[in-house]
Amino acid sequence: MYPQVLLKNRKKDRILSLEEYREMGGYKALHDALTDESFHPRQIQELLLDAGLLGRGGAAFPTGIKMKTVPDDAPHPRYLVCNADEMEPGTFKDRVLILTSPHQLIEGMILAAYAIDAEIAIIFIRREYETAARALEQEIGRAREAGYIGKNLFDSEFDCDIIVHRSAGRYICGEGTALLNALEGKRANPRKPPPYPTVKGLWQLPTEVQNVETLCCIPHVLKNGVDWFKTLAVSKTGAGTKVFSVSGKVNRPGCYELPMGVKLSEIIEDYAGGMLPGSRFKACMPGGASTQFLPESMYHARMDFDDLKNAGFRLGTGAVMVFDHKTCLVEATANLMVFFARESCGWCTPCREGLPYILDLLNRIEAGEGEVEFIPMIRQMCSHMNYSYCAFAPGAAAPVESLLTYFEGEVMAHIENRGCPFKIGKVN
Amino acid sequence: MLPETYKSELKDRLQKVGNPREMVVDVMLEVQEFYGWFSDEALEQAAVLLGMSSLEIEELATFYNTIYRQPVGKFVIHVCDSVICWMENGYGELIDHIGKKLGIGMGETTPDGLFSLLPACCIGYCDHAPAIMINKTVYGDIAPAKMDEIIETLRQEK
Ligand SMILES: Cc1cc2nc3c(=O)[nH]c(=O)nc-3n(C[C@H](O)[C@H](O)[C@H](O)COP(=O)(O)O)c2cc1C
Repeated sequence: MYPQVLLKNRKKDRILSLEEYREMGGYKALHDALTDESFHPRQIQELLLDAGLLGRGGAAFPTGIKMKTVPDDAPHPRYLVCNADEMEPGTFKDRVLILTSPHQLIEGMILAAYAIDAEIAIIFIRREYETAARALEQEIGRAREAGYIGKNLFDSEFDCDIIVHRSAGRYICGEGTALLNALEGKRANPRKPPPYPTVKGLWQLPTEVQNVETLCCIPHVLKNGVDWFKTLAVSKTGAGTKVFSVSGKVNRPGCYELPMGVKLSEIIEDYAGGMLPGSRFKACMPGGASTQFLPESMYHARMDFDDLKNAGFRLGTGAVMVFDHKTCLVEATANLMVFFARESCGWCTPCREGLPYILDLLNRIEAGEGEVEFIPMIRQMCSHMNYSYCAFAPGAAAPVESLLTYFEGEVMAHIENRGCPFKIGKVN
Repeated sequence: MLPETYKSELKDRLQKVGNPREMVVDVMLEVQEFYGWFSDEALEQAAVLLGMSSLEIEELATFYNTIYRQPVGKFVIHVCDSVICWMENGYGELIDHIGKKLGIGMGETTPDGLFSLLPACCIGYCDHAPAIMINKTVYGDIAPAKMDEIIETLRQEK
């Protein structure tokens, strides 16, 4: 059993109360940071940078560096936004994190806000997580009564309030800059940086957007130190734990907190209870719908940002979606494309026009109307996705490109047989 | 028409926020709850309350998945059709079953105005696939029998 940090106090069917959280040492990091006269808020930035904390929302950007891009003389109010939109298919860790310990997130948010001197913190949460949103509102109230949120925290000069903002459902709202437009009550099209949100974000004021899991790590880094955080990982360059959302053809789908860099095979076999009876591992998406398929040759790969990047893949959100030998990957990829084509905000041409085009070709291949020349056509269209406005379209192209690279045989079998081999019953 | 009490309460709330636009999603959802769907009248009311043009509201209303610009039933069943739910064993049969049970297809509403069926993107309950959301409540591990039970309970509740 590996050390549990973020999910350590997970209770069945209920959240950890404020009292329980305090007994486990909760809010100590916040207390110490705000009452220690010799401690400068900017030290939080340094600590997170040294600890190697990378954003857990998909892009793996170093949190400390992002904080440092808020200029010292930047205007106020400044904002800290917690991204709890979590609409990436396969990803549900943020829901579990909130429902395990809302105060862990609240403490992380106040500390992050303190690090950049932000006085307004906003939780942007998807509508499907109403239970989590209600739990947060209730616990924010309790934290306010206890003096962890509000004015002059711990008799310091620092004020910070937390607001819960409910979205009405669109995947693009989770993209950092589109989220800011959504908060301003505009159509959630992405913005093109620079200026980056940390310089000109919400209402053109400095805004730091951070994922739920990233923020939950912060109190622990402060409380236990940089070296401790680094040694939690089992990969060379990784740091901390990672909460993996495992789903698909395994016996025990769910959230598992494991060291950064744990092997994929270990996650599936030792934690997710192995493959379903009668199922063999064929492929896995390691970080949600906008990451590449990992073929069987990657079964023992280390689930770490750098390790996967060096091998040409992405860890994304750590949403491990497992596909078995009976699942048609052409049809699965077409399903993913339905999601992307439907959720594209439509603002820029490559994404709006290109994704339905790719979907159409995949559907034809699946239906037995595929031609060999479709493959270079799809590849070319995928390469056009890099001309789009934000990271949505390149993310959408990732599963398609990896399908063509690692499962070309399966695609070709559709074209040669003039139909889906899984439907004709040729695979068993 | 929206009740005056709601309007005045909302005006107070709007005054407290820096910019009324911040609350546009909340207001759209609340007004929708009153009218049952986001009708033209609901849209006009929201525009007036927020001091925005109806075109601006329309742009947002048609953008979000849970703002309904067409009439919907009292219970809107959002059925997840993203990859994990889709590849659950028996998913196709489940979808057929729900349609038959209600006598409607995706995008339709039952004649008694109780249920609407809409496809939905991953609702973040892949550990309990297949999952659905009815109004604001999520139900997981859906199988035909469980679905029947949920529908019957809601029918009683109406
Ligand atoms: C289309 C799209 C959707 C995204 N959705 C989310 C999301 O739901 N939650 C999230 O934390 N990050 C999401 N991101 C990543 C954010 O843009 C951003 O990188 C992240 O919130 C920053 O936080 P982090 O550094 O803590 O990961 C999304 C990105 C894209 C391109």
